Amino acid sequence: MTQSHRTTEPEHRKPTTATAMRLIVPLQGVVQGRGGLILGSLIPCALFYFLQFYLKRHRSPNPPSPSASSSNLAGLPRTSSRSTLSSRGSLGPVRISARGSSIAKPDDSPYYIGWNKFRDDPYDKINNPNGIIQLGLAENTLCLDLIEKWVSENLSDSIMGRDGDDLSISGITTYQPFDGMMELKVAMAGFMSQVLGQAVSFDPSQIVLTAGATPAVEILCFCLADHGNALLVPSPYYPGFDRDIRFRTGVELIPVHCRSTDNFAFSITALDQAFNQARKRGVKVRGILICNPANPVGNIIPRETLYELLDFAREKNIHVISDEIYGGSIFGNEEFVSMAEILEAEEVDKDRVHIIYGLSKDLSLPGFRTGVIYSYNESVLAAAKKLTRFCSISAPTQRLLISMLSDTKFIQEYLETNKRRIKKLYDSFVAGLKQLGIRCSESSAGLYCWADMSGLIPSYSEKGELELWDKLLNIAKINVTPGSACHCIEPGWFRCCFTSLTHEDIPLVIERIQKVAETCK
Amino acid sequence: MTRARADEEPKPISSSSSSGGGTAMRVIVPLQGVVQGRGGLFLGSVIPCALFYFLQLYLKRFRNDPGDPNDPSSSSPTQNTASSAPSRSSSSGQLTEHHGLRRSLSRSLLSPRNVGGPACVSGRVISILKAGETPCDVGSKQVEDDPYDEVGNPGGVIQLGLAQNKLSLDLVKNWFAENAEEAIVGGAGSNGIAFYQPFDGLMELKVAVAGFVSQFLGKEVSFNPSQIVLTAGAAPAIEILSFSLADSGNAFLVPTPYHPCFDRNVKWRTGVEIIPVPCRSADNFSLSITALDRAFNQARKRGLKVRGIIISNPSNPVGNVINRETLYSLLDFAREKNIHIVSNEILAGSTFGIGTEEFVSLAEIVDSEYLDRDRVHTVYDLSQDLSLPGFRISVIYSYNNSVLAAAKKLARFSSVSAPSQNLLVSMLSDTKFVQKFININRERLRRLYVKFVAGLRQLGIECAKSNGGFYCWADMSGLISSYSEKGELELWDKLLNVAKVNVTPGSSCHCIEPGWFSFSFTLLTEKDIHVVMERIRRISQTCKSHS
Repeated sequence: MTQSHRTTEPEHRKPTTATAMRLIVPLQGVVQGRGGLILGSLIPCALFYFLQFYLKRHRSPNPPSPSASSSNLAGLPRTSSRSTLSSRGSLGPVRISARGSSIAKPDDSPYYIGWNKFRDDPYDKINNPNGIIQLGLAENTLCLDLIEKWVSENLSDSIMGRDGDDLSISGITTYQPFDGMMELKVAMAGFMSQVLGQAVSFDPSQIVLTAGATPAVEILCFCLADHGNALLVPSPYYPGFDRDIRFRTGVELIPVHCRSTDNFAFSITALDQAFNQARKRGVKVRGILICNPANPVGNIIPRETLYELLDFAREKNIHVISDEIYGGSIFGNEEFVSMAEILEAEEVDKDRVHIIYGLSKDLSLPGFRTGVIYSYNESVLAAAKKLTRFCSISAPTQRLLISMLSDTKFIQEYLETNKRRIKKLYDSFVAGLKQLGIRCSESSAGLYCWADMSGLIPSYSEKGELELWDKLLNIAKINVTPGSACHCIEPGWFRCCFTSLTHEDIPLVIERIQKVAETCK
Repeated sequence: MTRARADEEPKPISSSSSSGGGTAMRVIVPLQGVVQGRGGLFLGSVIPCALFYFLQLYLKRFRNDPGDPNDPSSSSPTQNTASSAPSRSSSSGQLTEHHGLRRSLSRSLLSPRNVGGPACVSGRVISILKAGETPCDVGSKQVEDDPYDEVGNPGGVIQLGLAQNKLSLDLVKNWFAENAEEAIVGGAGSNGIAFYQPFDGLMELKVAVAGFVSQFLGKEVSFNPSQIVLTAGAAPAIEILSFSLADSGNAFLVPTPYHPCFDRNVKWRTGVEIIPVPCRSADNFSLSITALDRAFNQARKRGLKVRGIIISNPSNPVGNVINRETLYSLLDFAREKNIHIVSNEILAGSTFGIGTEEFVSLAEIVDSEYLDRDRVHTVYDLSQDLSLPGFRISVIYSYNNSVLAAAKKLARFSSVSAPSQNLLVSMLSDTKFVQKFININRERLRRLYVKFVAGLRQLGIECAKSNGGFYCWADMSGLISSYSEKGELELWDKLLNVAKVNVTPGSSCHCIEPGWFSFSFTLLTEKDIHVVMERIRRISQTCKSHS
């Protein structure tokens, strides 16, 4: 402020009016003239602005203020009083990072609480008939017999090589490229076109392999969005996304709510609304994350919507991540269209589209932890390849998968059997629920059904839903995923994964639900 | 700026224009009184300033809300390159915002215009992509394109830059031939290889690992399986610790020379910085607490918060071990400053003990004395110890419950596939095989190391004293044309392109003394050593003739 006084003074010395005031006179002249208030406000403003600018530039290499202040405190007395400090330091326990402690907090989502309960008391027909039945984990054990048979026949050949020579032993023990062996990429490309659409030819050089779809999602988020940016996700969505994306990337998920009246299909209007709202909040949206076939609903995104989605993404200049991990677990009549098929047919700008795939669901091999990033964007591929150093697949598993995926006859047989068995189980599970008056949304894919139990909840709210979930878990001993864990805005919906059941288990499950349903009515 | 002015101008304009007029103005009169009095200029400057300040504050809060104040791009100078990219993209974002206003009217019109703009990737990834090629990357690529083979390609590049032990592969191979099938399928009965497993590793494997680690450390330490988290390789293990111990913008002290991969594992995604603590050849590159203390205080002065120390024991690339005394004073230092210690012991199973120095694990010291253990975290690498780098299985061993809880959850991003876990359960449970393997492997490492060092000595190249690991750390400062990093890289280039030997230059390891090179000798056979020596000799002759 004082500086501004001084600078304005010398400029206007002459114009004199009133009595004997040397210092104030020139100023008064300015003030009485027209320029007074304008100059008086603009000059300090400019000075203040440059001061801030200067300070900012000087401060920028420093860390955020809270740590700076605490470090100054400790730093000053160092040399004089090292011993006193050390006794003080040893008293305080060593702290972990803020982000570390927020991750370390105990689980509060019903999704994980249910898992933990199941782990402590799992149902077993003979040993623990009163245990908890797991319907909360999308795991498919229907075709385990086929996998086991294949593995027992081909295991040693595939890992050790047919004659177990030196080359094959180094093939599994020595360093391999972080982003997967080329042979496996080729085999994976073949497998993906077998599953996601015969019309599409997947290019092995666009494949990056990761240790499961979870790191694949995380890596894509790292590549596409910065800390504080956001992705639009049609909700209800897979509860694991919250961890996959929020834990480390600092990327926000904005749910785009879908309604039961549309069978939970998302609309471009809703996307657009969410996009603009985010903009108003000052959040930068970098992409859309869709699940096709959807998890937890199990519906398939029609071709038209995919085209519109691409148009929307182009208009807003954002990315599209298409999670097609259930692409092979389709049992309904709806046609599944992979994003890759659409891109192959049309020459649209492809580099905003990224596909996630994995073997955990379609090949029921979650223990193998194999995920795929399939991208058309060179920079994303280059960055993802570098980041796979943190999540590469163990070499013996890769060898095993190379032989398994190359065995197209086995894969074909497996896929067909798997679809048939899922369909059969789905029909009897949904029929059982219908007898209890519980309807499921229309679904043609996935390892789960999305059931409307809003008739059973005491109050039409999230609280009521969680009360029912609690009853199902603790009284009926069934672990299901409540809709609120999937960010569904309509209360009373539950995801039930049925593919880890056998046909004999279904009556038991229905009976347990019935008991709870009766108390609710 | 323009917006701020627009906010403030209307008021002063209306007042000043009327005050200039002077006569018969009702509204402006009181203002004029203020203006003509002494307070005029003062108020005229304070009020807009205050307004401007609050506007800025408002804008800042509004803009910062989505972002974290700890955003790496704003705080770490290393990412300055990255910060230019987001600013560009944010301006393009504003463009679309303006379009957003007219969206419903001209959606079809707009989309062709936007097609021109490519979808951009995130700023943090641009910085990773821009980071470019280190000498290690360049060397490895050359090896990949033109690998040496005694018969097939005798003129190819010999790989001495990759930490991989092939000396005892035959033992592993024999074990596999006998046991692999049963190990994987047999395990399938109880655990299944196909099902979901805990992300942080099978309990059976943790138990086996606890036994194995105490076996190669000499059975003095008992490891608790519940303190173990398994990850897919050492890279994620270090990254997970870095995430859990430090926030973005914090720093770790790391004694140099350190392995080049730390720069990626510690810094890339976590936003954590590394402060190198230089060690000197005069002390055989061993760590001194004084240097740590100095680095710590310098960091403080720069305003950086130091959250821990990362040590490698046996050191990588030098190969020396940290003695018991130093480990104690290191613990004292950490307690005094209240920071963590990450002890990277991935080469602990590959010590070969030349001389009197014995390897002491930090876990052993913490185990024997009841110090505050919360601050100690160790990393082991099963795949290195058993020469199975392709398996990619590493261990985080921590005494800190919060770190364990966080690491177990973060293991979802780097879990190990079940077939490999089953294979290792049976391999590690076979204690007879493990013992035999450790002994034979140590013996072979020692023999090859002695041979390699002797070969270099004949060429007049001395190596630092080493007790473990796959490297020898050689002083070639006599051969470099100028005593600087430039001279060192020139020699590295000659070695790679003329002599066709891929080594790691000291500057990649952040060594402050130029002229040191790391030779990883465990990929060689004894016959190869002669070829390597011959190649180096040719280069050293040309270097000497120049000087």
